[in-house]
Amino acid sequence: MAENHVMQYKVVHCNINGKDVEKTVDVRASLTDMLRDDYRLTSIKKGCEVGECGACTVLIDGETFNSCIYLAVWAEGKRILTLEGLTGPNGELSDIQQAFVDEAAVQCGFCTPGFILTACEILETGEEYTDDELRKLLSGHLCRCTGYENILRAVKKTMYKRLGRELPQ
Amino acid sequence: MYDIKALYEAESVRGAVELRLAHPEAQVIAGGSDVLVQMREGKLAGKELISIYMLNEIRGVCIDEDENIRIGSLTSFSHITRDPIIRKYINVLGQAVDQVGGPQIRNIGTIGGNTCNGVTSADSSSTLHAWEAVIELTGSEGVRRLPIKEFYIKAGKVDIREGEIQTAILIPKSSYENTYGSYIKYSMRNAMDIATLGTSVNVRLSADKKTVERARIAFGVAGPVPMRAPYAEETVHGHPLSEELAERFSKAVLEDINPRDSWRASRAFRQHIAVESAKRAFIESVKLCGGEL
Repeated sequence: MAENHVMQYKVVHCNINGKDVEKTVDVRASLTDMLRDDYRLTSIKKGCEVGECGACTVLIDGETFNSCIYLAVWAEGKRILTLEGLTGPNGELSDIQQAFVDEAAVQCGFCTPGFILTACEILETGEEYTDDELRKLLSGHLCRCTGYENILRAVKKTMYKRLGRELPQ
Repeated sequence: MYDIKALYEAESVRGAVELRLAHPEAQVIAGGSDVLVQMREGKLAGKELISIYMLNEIRGVCIDEDENIRIGSLTSFSHITRDPIIRKYINVLGQAVDQVGGPQIRNIGTIGGNTCNGVTSADSSSTLHAWEAVIELTGSEGVRRLPIKEFYIKAGKVDIREGEIQTAILIPKSSYENTYGSYIKYSMRNAMDIATLGTSVNVRLSADKKTVERARIAFGVAGPVPMRAPYAEETVHGHPLSEELAERFSKAVLEDINPRDSWRASRAFRQHIAVESAKRAFIESVKLCGGEL
């Protein structure tokens, strides 16, 4: 880095996967950098790094964000959820993770953590969506393996399960 | 790691103004979905940034004491779409910004950033032009308000002066009262795409719902900045509703717009979709008003 760059650090306090944490971070870091490098949360993937592919998606205060275009210092005071926070204490899978397994919605797995976190935001609303609405809500993620159909089915299945209803044929 | 020379985090609007004066070369960053991408591309690499993202005081929608709809500049697209005031009075704005990028972009992207960019394709901007929005800027000498039409100077350039930041976008009551609108984004993909053409129409009908009291239309990507189509508006002003009127209105837009040839679409194609979109959005707006053609 050229000498005209002023090195700046800042202590960032936040809650990650239910735990209050703090670390000193470089102000130039993205949230992806902080979560992967400082907290070793490697479910967050570096894909395009310009907010197009969705592989770095995390939930911040319940909303999905591309952590690659989010400054780490903005995490101050926020509640962050990553895929690691979804599993139970002994590694038990959550319903949406299990649905991805059951529906073979995973092939290489690079897009999966992001898709699952967006699915969490969708499912948390407790609403019933049409296929077209689900497609739109999932449109911030790119998957090069599955062709999306199995992913859509996994989300839809979990949506109906949580609504306590049968999956329509 | 971004190539940021220095980051200044504003803690209040006043603090942001002071930072702007102290660092006139620095780039203001709101949500960052444009600034950080341009930094990654190298276009803004090595720049100082003034972050205003943490300023909750300019986030949210309310009705102010003059009955304007007041949208804080940092309000995200998804919050605008879900907001009960927006849904009640200017639902078309929520629908328009629900077509920006993808879901994660709509959670971070702000309406202030969308307008301060000065780009013609911004999904919020044609609707804000069509509803005669007022831009509020706060500087060291206080607050300055100007019509959105004057805010846009040329492609990529808006009227933000030294030490100023945009703090709100206002929709006056005279603009939103009894008015209903429709937005059509024409683009190649359904998500993560920039508009080839954006068309926003709104209509107010007479009490008996037979006559057009006022119709307004604005386009994105029909010229270097978002633009109204005043000739088309004048064509239908005070006229009784008919299918032929919708036809006349849509054809008249060709007198107003000046689209260009670009790799996204040719001038001729943009003119074609401008006419068709104007007609469809006009008919939809009339229907939302309770009128029949």
